[in-house]
Amino acid sequence: MLYAILCYDHEDAVSAWPEEEEAAVMARLGAVQEKLAAQGRLGPVARLLPTTAATTVRKNGEHLVLDGPFAETKEQLLGFYIVECADLDQAVETAKELASTYTSEGSYELRPLALFKPAPTPVTVTPATVTPAKATPAAVMDA
Amino acid sequence: MSDLAWIDAALTAARPQAMGALLRWFRDLDAAEEAFQDACLRALRTWPEKGPPRDPASWLIMVGRNAGIDQARRQSRQAPLPPDELISDLEDAESAAADRLDGADYRDDVLRLLFICCHPDLPATQQIALALRIVSGLSVKQIARAFLVGESAMEQRITRAKSRIAGAGVPFEPPGPVERAERLAAVAAMLYLVFNEGYSGTGTEAQQRGPLADEAIRLARLLLRLYPAEPELMGLTALMLLQHARTPARLDADGQVVLLEDQDRGLWHRRMIAEGLALVDKAMRHRRPGPYQVQAAIAALHDQAARAEDTDWAQIDRLYQTLERLQPSPVVTLNRAVAVAKLNGPADALDMIEPLADRLSGYFYFFGLKGALLDQLGRFDEARACFDRAIALAHSPAEAAHIRMHLDRLARLKSSDADTALPGT
Repeated sequence: MLYAILCYDHEDAVSAWPEEEEAAVMARLGAVQEKLAAQGRLGPVARLLPTTAATTVRKNGEHLVLDGPFAETKEQLLGFYIVECADLDQAVETAKELASTYTSEGSYELRPLALFKPAPTPVTVTPATVTPAKATPAAVMDA
Repeated sequence: MSDLAWIDAALTAARPQAMGALLRWFRDLDAAEEAFQDACLRALRTWPEKGPPRDPASWLIMVGRNAGIDQARRQSRQAPLPPDELISDLEDAESAAADRLDGADYRDDVLRLLFICCHPDLPATQQIALALRIVSGLSVKQIARAFLVGESAMEQRITRAKSRIAGAGVPFEPPGPVERAERLAAVAAMLYLVFNEGYSGTGTEAQQRGPLADEAIRLARLLLRLYPAEPELMGLTALMLLQHARTPARLDADGQVVLLEDQDRGLWHRRMIAEGLALVDKAMRHRRPGPYQVQAAIAALHDQAARAEDTDWAQIDRLYQTLERLQPSPVVTLNRAVAVAKLNGPADALDMIEPLADRLSGYFYFFGLKGALLDQLGRFDEARACFDRAIALAHSPAEAAHIRMHLDRLARLKSSDADTALPGT
């Protein structure tokens, strides 16, 4: 079963981390990701730019375009992992492993995927901002 | 991450909101600061074992408010503070209270906190110092280091600034739309001052000041989150990001300034550039141009050029023309002349800056650019006179060193009589 592990956290607290702290956290998260990749379970990983860079299109008749994220919540969606997990228990274990890399007020939301179409990363993406996805678990499910 | 590190980040992030609410509550800056300090101390004691609250700002506001009230009571009679255990059930109370707190209140709290630092009676340096102390929570020692002054001098500067705004009266009624726009404009200008303060200096100085640029960006993002549909705020944030992205390439190994066209663009901070470009894109959709957006667009064009020679100078020239209309100033025209020199050569640029001589007679960059243009035209004696003038006006050893390089080259030219094509500045 493929799971989306959605990382929610206080964006302003995360952006207040000192640089060396941020680098240390990223290194620890990287170690967990490498382990998952070695097990052949890691799909695409994305880190999102801050919500201030977000735009929302409302699906009403006008398709109103609004600045900012869709939801005004205490925690913001900062990024996500696609991971192959045998069951919810394993998904919870994986999220706990990611969570234990740093203390914060945030959460990981685990959402099983209904549909997944792997594709190569488009070349228009700035290479330095995005690391290309490693081989994706070949699993496509129909809703 | 150590306990201290994440708590520190959480407190820093929650500070503007919590301080803003406490200021509204106590209507006194010192009382608000004291209450916030108290709440932080309790956070340091209770969060490591209980874990962080879901909403640190609300937690700090509640605890700070109670601490402040206790403080007032204690001043009337010496009663001990309630033990920490009593605030353990804050979580439930806090979420209820947080829901009651209207989002708009919150926004205006933060804006007010920033706005009182922009009091027109305060000189720019005091505005910046005050904002860094009150809003960012930097220690007097850190601020003093950034400004290269002694700690006691900085302490005095901040105290003076505080007493001045205390006497001025802080506006506590919710601002109307016009007032809010005025406050946002004042705060934006102040944040850009903070940012530029972080940008001046070279070598170790630059290292001490670098954090100010990060801090300005952090506060700009915070403000933009509170007022997400303000294109000028997007422009300001983008401008800072797009300029700050070049920081890793700005100084050489000796701590000397490297000109934009000589920078190693591979060192630029890609993620900052991506964020800046996204914000410029968003701002442009509003069709409400303003000076920050135009400057951000100019910075974006520089950042998007893979090599210096790929820079779209025609577009930059057009943007500077727009800026001349929006915010006419001799300095804007001077900057436009740089683009014109790239497009049409030094003679046109020189014609453009000649009329600015009176108004920019004390401006280092005017003589630096004029010298470089004359230099390119082969008018070496006049160029030398301009460079001498620039050195006399230089604000920093780095600026002087840069001009001296030109002079040395001219001196060599004179001795060798070589006539080579010279790069402009």
